[in-house]
Amino acid sequence: MPVLLYRVDERLIHGQVVVGWGSRLQPDMIVVVDDSLAESEWEQELYGLGLPPEIEARFEDVETARGHLEEWKTGPRRVIVLTRDVHTMLELAEGGKLRGEEVNIGGIHHSPGRRAVLPYVYLRDDEERDLEALAAEGVDVSARDLPDARRVTLAELIPPERQRR
Amino acid sequence: MNEATPARGIVLGHGALAEGLVDAVRRISGIEPEALEPLSNVGLSPERLQQEVEARLGGGGPVVVFTDLPSGSCNIAARRLCTGRSDVVVVSGVNLPLLLEFVMHRHRPLSELVPRLLEKGRAGIACAPMELGGHARPSVPGR
Repeated sequence: MPVLLYRVDERLIHGQVVVGWGSRLQPDMIVVVDDSLAESEWEQELYGLGLPPEIEARFEDVETARGHLEEWKTGPRRVIVLTRDVHTMLELAEGGKLRGEEVNIGGIHHSPGRRAVLPYVYLRDDEERDLEALAAEGVDVSARDLPDARRVTLAELIPPERQRR
Repeated sequence: MNEATPARGIVLGHGALAEGLVDAVRRISGIEPEALEPLSNVGLSPERLQQEVEARLGGGGPVVVFTDLPSGSCNIAARRLCTGRSDVVVVSGVNLPLLLEFVMHRHRPLSELVPRLLEKGRAGIACAPMELGGHARPSVPGR
């Protein structure tokens, strides 16, 4: 079964993912790809608190996750893959690993150096470049915080005058 | 009653929930604003949310951080900050009865206060008819 959702969301496992997307997609496993979290058992426990018992949480570093991608794409489980930033998703995608897949930008919030794109998406210059690099890897990039929200394309996220492609 | 430095409360929630709950508590109890503060996670990154909570914790005195969900960005930010601090407690599943109990008993030590809050918050969840909640309806004489 194809992976149900690849999502970039700073908050990782939280209400929008578990309730908003989870009720629509009915996942049975959420994989958080994050080098730091993969080594922090107590933080994994905190994130796992938000999940109903029928959904398994798994925390993997980028290299391990890259090794499991084909298994998730072709296996019987209903999988959602999360990263907290664009760069980690790019690392996961490099080498065509996510070619033909859609990556959802779900939540990147305001911080110094980021410009407002959408109420739930703020981007730095390097994050714009990473989004373009994701697209160059054959990934369909768009933004949407919840399933019924309007799908905002990459061309809308990065205005033509800022695009480097 | 065992008197202690009164605890302060921070209500941390999604959307306008915290502001609404604190507004309701103030209207009912007349509590001073600094005793119970609302904070929303809207538009805040996890790091920024943690900074906002930390700024409200202050340097000393007991604090109870109330969160709406037992996980998610609000609870994770609060629980990261309470690690290693005996004067900060995180209580999730906040509701109005629980907050009113806090207002009335916040002079108690956290060791006494927190169990009361949990009891009151849980007791505040009920339904009618009672049978749907798994409880027998009390018999009414004469019926």
